[in-house]
Amino acid sequence: MLLLQVIVGGLLLGAIYALFSSGLTLIWGMMNFINFAHGEFVMLGMYVSLLVVVWLGGGPAVFGFASAFALFVLGIFVYFSLIRYVLRGPMLAQILSTFGLALLLRYTAFWIFSANFVSLPQTSLSGTINVGGILMPVPQLVAGIIAILLTVGLHLMLTRTTVGSQLLAVSEDRGAAMLMGIRPDRMQALAWGLSAGAAGIAGALMAIAYPWSPSVGETFGLTAFVVVALGGFGSVPGALIAGLIIGLIQALSAFWFGPIYKDIVVYALFVALLWLRPQGLMGKA
Amino acid sequence: MKNVRALTPTVLLAAGLLVYPLIFSGPFYLDVGVTFLLAAISASAWNIVGGYAGQVSVGHAMFFGLGAYAPLLCYTLFGWAPIAGIPFGIAFSVALAVLIGLPTFRLTGHYFSMATIAVAELIRIYFGTWDLVGAAIGLQGPATARGWWDLTFRSELPYYFIFLAVLAILLRVTFMIERHRFGYYLRAIKAGERAARSLGVPVQQVKIKALALSAAFTSIAGSLYSVKTGFIDPESGFGILVSVQMVIIAALGGAGRLYGPLIGALILIPLQTVTNTWFGGGGTGLTFILYGGIIVLIARYEPGGVSELWEQVVSRRWRRKHAS
Repeated sequence: MLLLQVIVGGLLLGAIYALFSSGLTLIWGMMNFINFAHGEFVMLGMYVSLLVVVWLGGGPAVFGFASAFALFVLGIFVYFSLIRYVLRGPMLAQILSTFGLALLLRYTAFWIFSANFVSLPQTSLSGTINVGGILMPVPQLVAGIIAILLTVGLHLMLTRTTVGSQLLAVSEDRGAAMLMGIRPDRMQALAWGLSAGAAGIAGALMAIAYPWSPSVGETFGLTAFVVVALGGFGSVPGALIAGLIIGLIQALSAFWFGPIYKDIVVYALFVALLWLRPQGLMGKA
Repeated sequence: MKNVRALTPTVLLAAGLLVYPLIFSGPFYLDVGVTFLLAAISASAWNIVGGYAGQVSVGHAMFFGLGAYAPLLCYTLFGWAPIAGIPFGIAFSVALAVLIGLPTFRLTGHYFSMATIAVAELIRIYFGTWDLVGAAIGLQGPATARGWWDLTFRSELPYYFIFLAVLAILLRVTFMIERHRFGYYLRAIKAGERAARSLGVPVQQVKIKALALSAAFTSIAGSLYSVKTGFIDPESGFGILVSVQMVIIAALGGAGRLYGPLIGALILIPLQTVTNTWFGGGGTGLTFILYGGIIVLIARYEPGGVSELWEQVVSRRWRRKHAS
C-alpha cells in the first residue's frame, strides 16, 4: 500500500513537471531555443501566488489565474526586450541571454524573499481523502489533475485551433508563414507568453501542495530539460508522458534510496539518454 | 618594426603583472591579484572550447571541481603532497570531457550546454553524499607545510607567481592554437559547422580535442585553487557559480580572443571585490544579481564583449580622422 501511495504521489508531482516542461518544449520546437530561465519562471509563479494570497486573499482559482497572467506578460516582455534580438545572433548570445536572466531572477528572488522555505497559508484545499486504501492529500490531487488537464488543453490548442496552426506554421517555415499573412514576431511572442504562462500556473499548482525557496528554480529548470529530452524536443504529448515518468522515477528513487538521490537518479538518466536515445521517446531523429 | 608593435601589448601586460605584487604588496592587494590570476586562468581555459570553438559550456565547474578535489584527496588518502594529485585531476577531467563530448557534439549546440550544466549538478550533488570525498563538509589540505613541496605558504606572493606562470603557459598554448591549423578548424566550426564539415574539417574530433584541452587547463585551475586555500567542498568546487564566473569573464572581455578573458577578469574581479566590501556578507547575493545583469546586457548588446566594443570605437575614430 505504501508503495502504491508513493507511485501515485510521484505521478501527481510528475503531472506538474509535465505542465511546465510543455512550456519549455514549445519554445524549443518553435525556435530551436533553450530557455535556461524556465525553472525561474516556475519559481516566480510560486511567489506571485504567495503575494496574491497574502495581499489580496482569494482561493486557488484567483492566484492560479494571477500567476498565469503575470508570467504570460513577463514572457512576452522578455521576448520583445531580449529574445528577439538574440534569436539570430551567435550561439553564445542565445545561451547567455536566458542564462543571465536565470541568474538575475534567481538572486533577485533570494534578495527579496530570503533563502528560507515558505509555503502558502492554508487554502480552501486541505485534508486527505481515502481512495481504495490510498491516502491522498487533497492539494496534491487537485494540483496534479489540473496540471494534466492544462497540458492536454495546451496540446489541443496547438493542434486544433487557428492560433495553434499559426504557431506551428511559423515553426515549420517562417518565410512561408509570413507569405500567408502570419506575423512571425507576434506568434513567437505569443509562444513565449504561453510558455511562461504554463510555467506560472504550474508554479501556482506546485505552491498549493509543496513548500519552496528561491533555489527551486534551478532544480525545476534542470528537471524540465530532462523531461523535454526524454519526451522529445518540441513534443507536448511527449512532455506529458515524460513528466509523469520522471515524477514516478523521482518518487521511487527517493523511496528506495533516500531523498538525496532523487535528483541524482534523474540527472543520471539524462546523461544516459544522451548516449542511448538523444531524440527522446517520441521525438524525431 | 611591425613585429615590435604587435608585441607591445603583450610586453606591457607581462611587465604590469610582474611588477604589480612589488608595488601593491599589502595582503589585501595580493589577494585581489591572486584571485584575478585564478579567474583569468579558468576563463582562458573555458575560452578554448567556449570562445574559439563556440561550444558554450555552462558546466565547466565539473572540471574545476575534479581538479580541486584530486590534490586534497591524494593528501587525505595517502598523505602525498597535494600537487601529486594534479595529474589525476587532469586525467579524470579529460576522460569526463570525452565522455560528454562524444554524444552531445553530434547534436546541436544547445544540447551541449544543457548536458554540461546537468552533469556538473549531478557531480555536485553526488559529491555531497559521498563519504570518501568528505560529503558535504569537503576535504582539507595540510595545516602546516611538511616541506616546500606541500606548497603551503603563509604569504600569497609565491602563489601569485605560480599562478602567473600557469597563466603565461596557457596563453602561450592558446596563441599557438590560434596560429595553428587547429585554431582555423575551431573558428571554422564556430562560423558554421556544416560548411566546415563540407570543407573536410573533422568536426567531431576537433570539438572533442578542444573540450579535452580546455578541461585539462580548467582542472589545473581547480587544483591551484584547492592547493592554495587548502580546502574544498562541493559548492566551491562544482557550484554553478564557478561555471558562471568563467563564462561571464570570457564573454565580458571577448570570447574567442587571446586576451579576452584577461580583460574580462581585469574588469570583473575589482568590481566584485568592491561590491563584496561595500555590501559585506550580504553582498554576495547582490554580486550575482550584478553578474546576471551583465550577462544579459552582453548577450543583448555586445556578444563580442569589451574587446569588440573597443575595436569599433577605435575604427570609427580612425575613419573619422582619415575622412577629413
